Amino acid sequence: MRLSIHHRTAYRFSAPQARLVQMLRLTPQNSHDQTVARWRIDIDRDARMSEGRDGWGNVTTMLYVEGPVEEIAIEVSGEVLTSHSDGVIRGVAEMLPPGLYLRSTPATAPDPAILAWAADLRQTDPLTTLHGLNGAIHQRFEVDHGRPVAGRSAGEAWSRAKATPRDLAQIFAVAARHLGQPARYVSGYCRHADQEHPTPHGWAEAWVEDLGWVGFDPCTGLSPQEDHVRVAVALDAAGAAPVAGSRLGEGAEQLDVEVRVEEA
Amino acid sequence: MRAQAFDEIMGMAGRPPRAELDALARWLEATPAIELRRRQHSAEAAFRQLGITFAVYGDNEASERIIPFDIVPRVFLPDEWDRLSRGLVQRVEAINAFLDDIYGERRILKEGVLPSDLILGNPQFRPEIAGIRPPHGVWAHICGIDLVRTGPDDFFVLEDNARTPSGVSYMLENREAMLRLCPELFRNFRVAAVDSYPDRLLEVMKSVAPRGVATPTCVVLTPGHFNSAYYEHSFLADSMGIELVEAADLVVDEDIVWMRTIAGRVKVDVIYRRVDDDFLDPLVFRPDSMLGVPGLIAAYAAGNVAIINAPGNGIADDKAIYSYMPEIVRYYTGSEASLPNVETWRCREPEALRYVLDHLDELVVKLVDGSGGYGMLVGPTASREEIDRFRAALVAEPHRYIAQPTLALSTVPTMAEAGLAPRHVDFRPFVLTGTRGVQVVPGGLTRVALREGSLVVNSSQGGGTKDSFVLMADAGATQSQSQSQSQIQALRPDGGAR
Amino acid sequence: MLSRTASSLYWLGRYFERVDFISRLVEATVRLDVLSARPAGRAAWESALAVTYTDVAFAATGGEVRRRDVARFLTVDGSHPGSIVYCVEAARTNARAVRTALTREAWSAINRAWLLFEGRPPADDPTAVLNLVDAVKSETRGFEGAVHRMLRNQTTWFIRLGQAVERADNTARLLDVKYHILLPEGERVGGVVDRDQWTTILQTVSAVTAYRWLYSDGLSPANVIDLLIARPELPRSLAASIEETVEVLGLLARRTGQHGEADRMARLRATRMQRTRSGEVIASGLHQFLQGFIHENALLHAAIGRQFKFG
Repeated sequence: MRLSIHHRTAYRFSAPQARLVQMLRLTPQNSHDQTVARWRIDIDRDARMSEGRDGWGNVTTMLYVEGPVEEIAIEVSGEVLTSHSDGVIRGVAEMLPPGLYLRSTPATAPDPAILAWAADLRQTDPLTTLHGLNGAIHQRFEVDHGRPVAGRSAGEAWSRAKATPRDLAQIFAVAARHLGQPARYVSGYCRHADQEHPTPHGWAEAWVEDLGWVGFDPCTGLSPQEDHVRVAVALDAAGAAPVAGSRLGEGAEQLDVEVRVEEA
Repeated sequence: MRAQAFDEIMGMAGRPPRAELDALARWLEATPAIELRRRQHSAEAAFRQLGITFAVYGDNEASERIIPFDIVPRVFLPDEWDRLSRGLVQRVEAINAFLDDIYGERRILKEGVLPSDLILGNPQFRPEIAGIRPPHGVWAHICGIDLVRTGPDDFFVLEDNARTPSGVSYMLENREAMLRLCPELFRNFRVAAVDSYPDRLLEVMKSVAPRGVATPTCVVLTPGHFNSAYYEHSFLADSMGIELVEAADLVVDEDIVWMRTIAGRVKVDVIYRRVDDDFLDPLVFRPDSMLGVPGLIAAYAAGNVAIINAPGNGIADDKAIYSYMPEIVRYYTGSEASLPNVETWRCREPEALRYVLDHLDELVVKLVDGSGGYGMLVGPTASREEIDRFRAALVAEPHRYIAQPTLALSTVPTMAEAGLAPRHVDFRPFVLTGTRGVQVVPGGLTRVALREGSLVVNSSQGGGTKDSFVLMADAGATQSQSQSQSQIQALRPDGGAR
Repeated sequence: MLSRTASSLYWLGRYFERVDFISRLVEATVRLDVLSARPAGRAAWESALAVTYTDVAFAATGGEVRRRDVARFLTVDGSHPGSIVYCVEAARTNARAVRTALTREAWSAINRAWLLFEGRPPADDPTAVLNLVDAVKSETRGFEGAVHRMLRNQTTWFIRLGQAVERADNTARLLDVKYHILLPEGERVGGVVDRDQWTTILQTVSAVTAYRWLYSDGLSPANVIDLLIARPELPRSLAASIEETVEVLGLLARRTGQHGEADRMARLRATRMQRTRSGEVIASGLHQFLQGFIHENALLHAAIGRQFKFG
């Protein structure tokens, strides 16, 4: 499938900022089932950019903007060719051993309620366990396609009836790790995500011995399909955030996000 | 048990002073206590005036105190020092090799020398910087290795400090005080000088600057003047003649670090940071950090700046890793560690836990992630309640604890209320690593537990400091303090650590 | 030099200069109140409060305008920026932030001044107050000497710049308050109380001897005004402070190779001062003149901050 992606992030500040430094994780990489045909990042003002890689192996773009900055928009557009893979990730250079992804973070702290619930899902075969877990999370929550709440942990999301894709993926990670399977958060794009309130998508991956990393999207209860584009991975959503920023100046910020994912 | 302690000057109880230090014992005898006390007060008054202070945690009252100074020096004989230095160089070479491996290929895990989960699950192992190799592959430029002694030839490593070891300003200031107050000691003993430490450090910093920088700009990065070790930060910047910067003074642009000056931006090549990893760069570590420099890690990853010590070093001096140091030294240097560890029970191992629970009243139990003497049980002096509290904690979270035997730590005569009395000491020598190898400064920080019988030397818990004399063997050399260049032992002049 | 360092040095200069000024003011006021044959009492202390812009803050404490309360307020009360202890603390905080740039001698003077206040009970009787301010003054003198012995580089220039800007402000305020607010009603200009007040001014700017050297015709308000405004020989005069500002900014410009708005403002002010005659100032309104000067000085202060990117 050929997917055309357009993603615009706009910040507006209530007071001019003297400087802006941001780290963007907005560039997908090629893999066995994902080929980036065309990709570009545009900034609507003078900015200096440099490309690098973070510890997880994600492609990063450092963005340096001199003030005064009252607003800035980051526009990403491109085309990616995807093929069906049963969710198994191949052809990606891994920087860290799977064992590292058993760690928790503040957002994926081992919440007792999640652990107690997950304990019943254990099967003899890890892959079966993980699919069961994915389905069970999908069953349990109604998907909230609104903007994710920054800093909300899996434990906080657990007690709600509706949860965002990000929440669900973090809940998956907490439960999978508890069941002994390394798991991580994936940020990217998905064509089937609710088109009325489109945001970047988030799902999970878990490590299965002899198979490697396998994707699980609790929003669908299935593994990611051709309509998913993987961009970045980390222990939690914050670690894989599309934009990590720091600004020098007073005031509040207002954020607008627009995402369009279409079959080209 | 304490009565058996080895006194480094007076020797074993009931026997005459150690022959080599007989002159020092006689000096102690001949100098009236009141005179020693006068000099000690004079030194402390000078420290207070200079503002050599530290902040005590949880103490709102006097937020700035001086660390008590003891006038009686602690002395190392030439051959003792020789053996010690060799062990320190070996250990620090191993620490550097370990860090380079663990953030790179991870051979030591692949070959099963260390359990993988020990590293991968340890918060001190920083995945955020995996794959970054510091300029010239040097990670632990400044190490403080904490040692204890139990007998003439028995030194043990208590703890490694490969992050931002502090205390070197005390080594230098204590020596300055001793030179002023007890000049006769320096006439009678040939004491190796320590005053070239700042020059050596600057040389190390310049040596690890990114390639292609002819005259690197070096800076010391401090969290600010409210930090408990601020005096030391400013002292070091001052004595190296480089800028002392705070995060707000630095900006990163196009992966290059600049400092803000009255005449515009100046490029920075080497940063001796005295802030923790968490506060280095809010884009990579703690996003709420106001102390950080956004983009610093990107500049570091691009190879445009050297950070001293390298981010991620905490994995090398973690208490959970400590007990594996003998294996680590063997793995990377190919020989047995010449400085042994203190025997350590890892409570994460069920068998060790069982032993520890059965012997709580004999052991020292430490939190793996604690520091500064907090969260520590000293079995032989602990109350019933304390022991019970630790027993419960151990059972609940065994992986957070290690235990060690209570050692009969050596003592050095120290000014107490009623005159000179033996007090337990430990020792932190400072080991520098640049591209020209590993070197040990002939001296260090001796900490002394001022309370009778106490084994806790932390300054926040009633500890003090002493000057540490390293005696020189070479009869040909002069004993002048300024002769320091040649007295620093560049033990590996030929090669690098890596 | 780091912009932050420059800013701290400048503020260190300003605050420690203020420490010196308040100490002298308190000392002179105690003398006027207690040691003079005709105690000036309340009026003297009211004027001390007015000079330090602390009359409102003092009124809020509910204290009585008398020696004990005001002296305590101006020395050991750390709750407002007009007290010695507040300024010492602020000077020390700035000094700590630039500890590397200072010599031990300079740092020690500030630190010793700070230690004077640590755990000290309020000095209540006049002798104790005089002892305290004496001890403070000895440290400010020590600091002044230490700055002069430091390398003649940007470090000392920024300290001196802060001192000069502060000194200009202090002298202008002192003169303004004493001349226009505190000549008690019904007192004749040149009367006995008046004469004591003028002596107090001279004491506050350490100019009693200088006055005798420069003016042979006895104590006259016109001469004191002339001395404090227009005589560059007196280090605390407006003319001297202005000259010092121009000189130090010039040294900095040569070092950094950059000129800016602060340089232009300072030079313009100096040119105007050279043409100023104190007689004309008195005739056309000293108060307006001094108010204008204080405002201009504040503008220069802001321009310095912008020029050196104090941020």
